[in-house]
Amino acid sequence: MAAVALSKVDLRRPGRGAVVALVLALWLVLWALLKGLHTLALGPAQLTPLHQAVNDLNDSIGASRNTNPLFLYFFNEIRLVIDEFVTFIQSLIAQPAFGRPLPLIGWLGVVALAAFVSYAAGGFRVALLAAAGFTFLGLQGLWEESMDTLALTLAAVVIALLFGIPIGIWAGLSDRFNRVITPVLDFMQTMPTFVYLAPLTLFFLIGPASATIATLVYAAPPAIRLTAYGIRNVPGDTVEASASLGATDGQTLRKVLLPTAKRTIIVGINQTMMAALSMVTIAALIDAPGLGKTVIKALQTLDVGTAFNAGLAIVVLAIVLDRVTTAAGDRVDRARLTRRPWAARARQGGLIGGGVLTLVAVWLSYTYVWAAEFPPDVEVGSSIAKGVTTATDWVQSNLSGITNGVKDVVTLVLVDPLQSLLTGSPWWLVAAVVVALSVVLGGIRAAIGSAVCLGLLVATGLWQDSMATLASTLVATAVVMVIGVAVGVWMGRSPGADRVIRPVLDAAQTMPAFVYLVPFLALFAASRFTAIVAAVVFAAPVAVKIVADGVRAVSPTTVEAATASGSSTWQTITKVQLPMARQALVLATNQGLVYVLSMVVVGGLVGAGALGYDVVAGFSQGQLYGKGLAAGLAIVVLGVLLDRLTRAAAARSGRS
Amino acid sequence: MAAQDVEVGPVGAERPDPVISVRDVWKVFGPKAEGVPGSPELCALSRRELMERTGCTAAVREVGFDVAPGEVFVVMGLSGSGKSTLVRCLTRLVEPTAGQVLFEGEDILAADAKRLRELRRNKFSMVFQHFGLLPHRRVLDNISYGLEIRGVPRAERSRRAMEVVELVGLSGYEKSYPDQLSGGMQQRVGLARALAGDPDVLLFDEPFSALDPLIRRDMQNEVIRLHREVGKTMLFITHDLAEALKLGDRILIMRDGKVVQVGTGDELVGAPVDDYVRDFVRDVPRANVLTLKWIMRDPRPDDVLDGPELGPDVVVRDATRAVLAAAAPVKVVENGELLGIVGDEEILAVVAGQEADA
Repeated sequence: MAAVALSKVDLRRPGRGAVVALVLALWLVLWALLKGLHTLALGPAQLTPLHQAVNDLNDSIGASRNTNPLFLYFFNEIRLVIDEFVTFIQSLIAQPAFGRPLPLIGWLGVVALAAFVSYAAGGFRVALLAAAGFTFLGLQGLWEESMDTLALTLAAVVIALLFGIPIGIWAGLSDRFNRVITPVLDFMQTMPTFVYLAPLTLFFLIGPASATIATLVYAAPPAIRLTAYGIRNVPGDTVEASASLGATDGQTLRKVLLPTAKRTIIVGINQTMMAALSMVTIAALIDAPGLGKTVIKALQTLDVGTAFNAGLAIVVLAIVLDRVTTAAGDRVDRARLTRRPWAARARQGGLIGGGVLTLVAVWLSYTYVWAAEFPPDVEVGSSIAKGVTTATDWVQSNLSGITNGVKDVVTLVLVDPLQSLLTGSPWWLVAAVVVALSVVLGGIRAAIGSAVCLGLLVATGLWQDSMATLASTLVATAVVMVIGVAVGVWMGRSPGADRVIRPVLDAAQTMPAFVYLVPFLALFAASRFTAIVAAVVFAAPVAVKIVADGVRAVSPTTVEAATASGSSTWQTITKVQLPMARQALVLATNQGLVYVLSMVVVGGLVGAGALGYDVVAGFSQGQLYGKGLAAGLAIVVLGVLLDRLTRAAAARSGRS
Repeated sequence: MAAQDVEVGPVGAERPDPVISVRDVWKVFGPKAEGVPGSPELCALSRRELMERTGCTAAVREVGFDVAPGEVFVVMGLSGSGKSTLVRCLTRLVEPTAGQVLFEGEDILAADAKRLRELRRNKFSMVFQHFGLLPHRRVLDNISYGLEIRGVPRAERSRRAMEVVELVGLSGYEKSYPDQLSGGMQQRVGLARALAGDPDVLLFDEPFSALDPLIRRDMQNEVIRLHREVGKTMLFITHDLAEALKLGDRILIMRDGKVVQVGTGDELVGAPVDDYVRDFVRDVPRANVLTLKWIMRDPRPDDVLDGPELGPDVVVRDATRAVLAAAAPVKVVENGELLGIVGDEEILAVVAGQEADA
């Protein structure tokens, strides 16, 4: 059963399928006999020597933070610079500073600035959207929290771009550097986001600096990748033409490569910004200020109304940032298609007029309290929260039959049996099964990799928690793949469906992971099932898109040939399109797994237990710090194990 | 086939000093590529054998030729023959592995980066197969790009660019963006960009392969017209024999990186050096290419020698009417000397049948 998602890859080969089935059957028999033996269970408050050692390390680092030269001259310096930068932006828009009771620029100034920047980058419509969105944040009663989130996001984005774009340019120009950097970026992106929060706090303390560094580690890769991609995709002829006219390398870079790649680079900036926003809210776990903190506090007290209100603010912020950067990208295309001279003149006038108005608004918000502090009496946030709480209560008391029914069926039929199989078997039995499956699916090298990963899992002292998390992960991934294949095939076959569904998926992907939890928490209360649903919702869009693209990529001639030879629709799908899109299916499974795993910690906030809970507890309770760090490591190891196994299986089935 | 005149250019005349001289140029891709040209053993191998032995691909092998001032020199070959690599070796867009490229006696391969840029800015220009235009710049700014990177002031380069716009027939499009133009118009922009810097030599890398046949013909005529008007030396790469015959004063046929034959169009058709070239020129309408000197025969005792006189370089098609109308065979005369005669039989063999060389 552990290999549901994995064995799917290879069911076409009867020999291999039979071996897999045999291994699984043997496992079931042994499990029935050995249940409860050697399960390496560890109570919630129990620690292993390793966890204790990490705690001690943490303490000793804490003690020597101001004496050890490595900290004095390196980590502390970085922390100071970043803290200063973040504090500076915060003092501009979010926090009282310079002896004033309020930030330098009040709400009116920020709204005007946001509208003006949106107008300059995108156009009139996004400017309206930005103004409306920001005003709404104030109406929600979350002005200060939103501005903290925005300040942290902007700080991280600025630093990420400062490093990311030059690195991207380098990777775009140099094949060798590109080969070096690509695996690093892969690693940065596949690592579940929470995992590096803990080690970072070891070096940079809990607070904005760690939050910003974690955010930029997570957010920089898209900017680097897309910059490199954009530069690589400039047609060779164009670059040669420039060289043939005697341009220096610098001239070619400035006048040919960067302008031509501009559109792609802006897409990268957009993705970096969305990733940063997502991570900044999550970084609330290590005490980053802002909306994320409000959501977490509300989640911990199961106050769905407040969580929803803050979640909505995150969504609004996400929509505004996404639309503005997307519009900025579109502008690059659109600006050169208008040949009407008055349009350019109108824009110039708009920029000057808007600039003056913005300056006036900033000055007003600096000088007068009414423009500085968002008026507290026009507030809708509490009514939103109250309404949602009422609705939640109603749902929980009236629809509990349905929601609990769904929850119980999935939990009892899928999650519980798998979990009891994984956590109830002796650890060596599970390890043997995984290694055996690795040999069958991926070969000896994959098996060695798996064995190392399993050894590390045992070493973290969190074997049983890891198995519980693995069970939830596999169930969630299986559901993701069912949805992915069903919707993906539909989209791949029907352009109409694609047109309707794709924007929804795009929107879902730009939302910070946190936001998903809130409605499901309302429907299903805190449980493993809630965490699984949130993970599925988070991971499904990626899987759907990959499957849809894979199905679409099947040569139309082949499909036509299948139709011409009299295949039914079902036959065409199962015998032609899915087999030919097999690589896409494997990739979708792989990405689905990675995305599900990256939600494990978020799930820990709403009752997923196991590793997710360990990590969350580790952030909040000092004596569990080491255990939390080990749990984070266990998530990474699980991720590497599953990632390597699916890749090896894919490579093998691809070769055959 | 459109009208043509093969005898443009200094063919046959004693040539002035060449503008470009290419000597034993090699381009080998792969590990330890520098070792290949120097080793007689490796040089003797075929391309595939070399690949198997060393992992190297020899794109250009020991190529040499001269291009005279004002000449249109065509390099022709199928895809993979190394012709595009060869033209890139001339201005070192691709660095040659060995050999010499002389431009007006100066070895380009010895030039440092600065000198090379000067040469590219002032002496050579290139037109590319896929145009290589800058999508974010208007037509006029695309054309003046070469001047811009030289540091020519804006007003001056706009003035110069407008002149070239006129020259290539782009008037009215100078404010458009490249993706608003058809393929043919885009290539006019590419041509204009190459002409804007007033180079001595124009290099064309399969410039019309990506265009529709009708537009291709227009553009070919455009090149002929430009050559007549501006008189630049041109080096033209193509895989299309008809294009080569139409444009080229002389044609170099490449195969697997090597030179197979260099000559005028009628030389290739009339005296192919091997089966490869013969196969290549098989479907050419011979009457349009061959001149009288290729089909004349020595007068026999019973021939009546009072027919009209024609030069040896008259194309068969143009001579057909005269030969058939005359009662006696036409005399082929150059500088008052009788070279041979052409009768109805010889003309008909070319016009009606292709079996003359079989």
